[in-house]
Amino acid sequence: MTSYHLDHLQYLETEAIHVMREVAAEFERPALLFSGGKDSICLLRLAEKAFRPSDIPMPFLNVETGHEFPELLEFRDRRAKELGAKLIVRTVDEAIKKGTAHPAPGEISRNKLQIPVLLGAIEEFRFDCAIGGARRDEEKARAKERFFSFRDAFGQWDPKNQRPEIWNLYNARLNSGENMRVFPLSNWTEMDVWEYIKKEQLEVPNIYFSHERECFRRGGQWLPVPPKHTDPTKPDPFAGGRPKPNEPVKKLVVRVRTIADMISTGMIESKVYSVDDIITEIAAARVTERGSRADDKVSEAAMEDRKKAGYF
Amino acid sequence: MPHSQHPIELLRFNTCGSVDDGKSTLIGRLLYDSKNLMEDQLEALERSADITGGGQINLANLTDGLRAEREQGITIDVAYRYIATPKRKFIVADTPGHVQYTRNMVTGASTANLSIVLVDARLGVIEQTRRHSYIAALLGIPHIVFAVNKMDLVDWSEARFIEIRDAIEDFLPKLDAFKDVKFIPISALNGDNVVDASPHTPWYGGPTLLNHLETVHIASDWNLSAFRFPVQWVNRPNNPTNKELHDFRGLSGQLAGGTVKVGQKIMVLPSGLKSTIKEIWTYDGKLPEAFSPQSVTLVLEHDLDISRGDMIIGLENLPGMSSDLQARICWMHQRPLQRGNKYFLKHGSQTVQAIVAGLDSRINIQDYEAEIAPPELAMNGIGEIRLKTSKPLIYDGYKTNRLTGSFILIEQGTNQTVGAGMLLPPLEAVKPEYNDFAI
Repeated sequence: MTSYHLDHLQYLETEAIHVMREVAAEFERPALLFSGGKDSICLLRLAEKAFRPSDIPMPFLNVETGHEFPELLEFRDRRAKELGAKLIVRTVDEAIKKGTAHPAPGEISRNKLQIPVLLGAIEEFRFDCAIGGARRDEEKARAKERFFSFRDAFGQWDPKNQRPEIWNLYNARLNSGENMRVFPLSNWTEMDVWEYIKKEQLEVPNIYFSHERECFRRGGQWLPVPPKHTDPTKPDPFAGGRPKPNEPVKKLVVRVRTIADMISTGMIESKVYSVDDIITEIAAARVTERGSRADDKVSEAAMEDRKKAGYF
Repeated sequence: MPHSQHPIELLRFNTCGSVDDGKSTLIGRLLYDSKNLMEDQLEALERSADITGGGQINLANLTDGLRAEREQGITIDVAYRYIATPKRKFIVADTPGHVQYTRNMVTGASTANLSIVLVDARLGVIEQTRRHSYIAALLGIPHIVFAVNKMDLVDWSEARFIEIRDAIEDFLPKLDAFKDVKFIPISALNGDNVVDASPHTPWYGGPTLLNHLETVHIASDWNLSAFRFPVQWVNRPNNPTNKELHDFRGLSGQLAGGTVKVGQKIMVLPSGLKSTIKEIWTYDGKLPEAFSPQSVTLVLEHDLDISRGDMIIGLENLPGMSSDLQARICWMHQRPLQRGNKYFLKHGSQTVQAIVAGLDSRINIQDYEAEIAPPELAMNGIGEIRLKTSKPLIYDGYKTNRLTGSFILIEQGTNQTVGAGMLLPPLEAVKPEYNDFAI
């Protein structure tokens, strides 16, 4: 041992492990939001680092919009199994059927409909805390988020009434019905996430790497052509998300930089085949990762509005 | 954004100044000139310029993120920004200067290695300058920079710069706090001496702001002198299939101070029982030694009854252990602090109940003089209090250790965080009752 000094990734790691252990110690029924995306992949490794050799003391929770990339779902299920964790999945489709979520007329994206599904799952399993992979560098409204983000009984975030967060002393106290969202990666940047994936040799879904895919142009972005609708007895889940006649389909070499679902994820034209390639590409990138997210472009305050309503 | 193979240090800093001192503009400028801004962020900036700015790009819009803030033209909460250069990575806490938001500055400053205090060259030292310097000192921030901003509006006058520097140097000794102090003449709006050296200040021979941030020595900012390990979580695998781990009993936590080695003798507080470190366990393998602020899992030679809230320490440099505490406190809530009030107190991994036994003084931020025995401490007030806790705390003075010397107060019922406390040094070190090693 030559130096008692941590580099930036080691610092971010020890901070995140400390946060995760606080959750395990302070909450009765925490859950970990795991989508299979790159940020939540880092969360899983941090959970292993925080809790091994014990089991990870919380189930994984995922909210499906019904528009997911199939590659992502396969990866999510396999990783949960490999880690011996319980995976709970709740879907927008079920919530619409049960009448707890109501699609706005004409709106294709189910991004906002994830909110009632998440809140429903929190109520169903009486979760008092949900760990998420959100980062402050993603978006302006996220930059003001706490590690321990208090939500009232309606799941709402009130940016003007946040608990001050001082030193590493996280106030985890709740009254019944209230809950907490906790973000161990708060201080991580997109580059930190990929450097960590490289350092830890973490597997990521193959859609992060370049591949051939049919895409169409909409709203200034290349959107993926959804899988064929095969069951005519059911309504097309991707209705509205398919290319229109005036939106010609093109086969491109693309990848995703950030994953929402197929309807709101812009594919970027790119030729990267390894994590090293991705790091090089991000280092040279001239737009932020959320530049390819249709859901954030709606208005200047799109994220702020969704977070106030209970979005993660 | 640059990327590098060699280890990169992380520096955390916060910016403070009063309204219109140009904090947000400064951070926007740092992001912009260090090429940490992306095209879509610039586009969004241009879009909002068309709407609100009469066509001129406003760098402050980069950090004033919430709609409520843009409408009112103020920053209402701590925002965190991330800057990377080939030399270092930075976490920036943008803390507002409004007098009613001092609690946010305390929040942003609590984890900072360095504070940048903005001073408007036209106004010079104002109450806010003294307040922010005081808070930076109170929170034990080792490094401070006074960025004298809007130098363009005083015709880049060296005399004005020196006048302001002298006024600050006049009151700094009273604070007796910083490892190093820098004064830098800048224009955040035009970018002078922020990232690039200014042609307007030939009389200034020092570094640009970014230069200084990239090179200031921070390696010794953590306390490595006395081993402190608040037990966060007891790690007992519930996994009988792996026989080797059947009896595993680890104590997980983050070192709050010092270093620890395998074979080292340790003591557990408050019990006073002693044992020896058998293993330092991590997911990546066992370590021979660990240091603050690493997160590890300790395995002891003896099976002691240890739970969250206990503290494992070395046998030298003992901490204090007491239910009667003296502390400086920054008050953060509309309901004032008064003698006799009861709160939850969180310190390290322990939460206890605390009653305010006395409010000894309130600091006047103008002249740093103490007012003795005030009736109460209102929001944003800073004072010295005595507390009586339901269980003893194991602690150090805040000046010795920022992690074992700090606590928060939580209001019972609402669960709001209402106070940030910094403990004064213990009057005596702990005198454990048990001197024998555990059997």
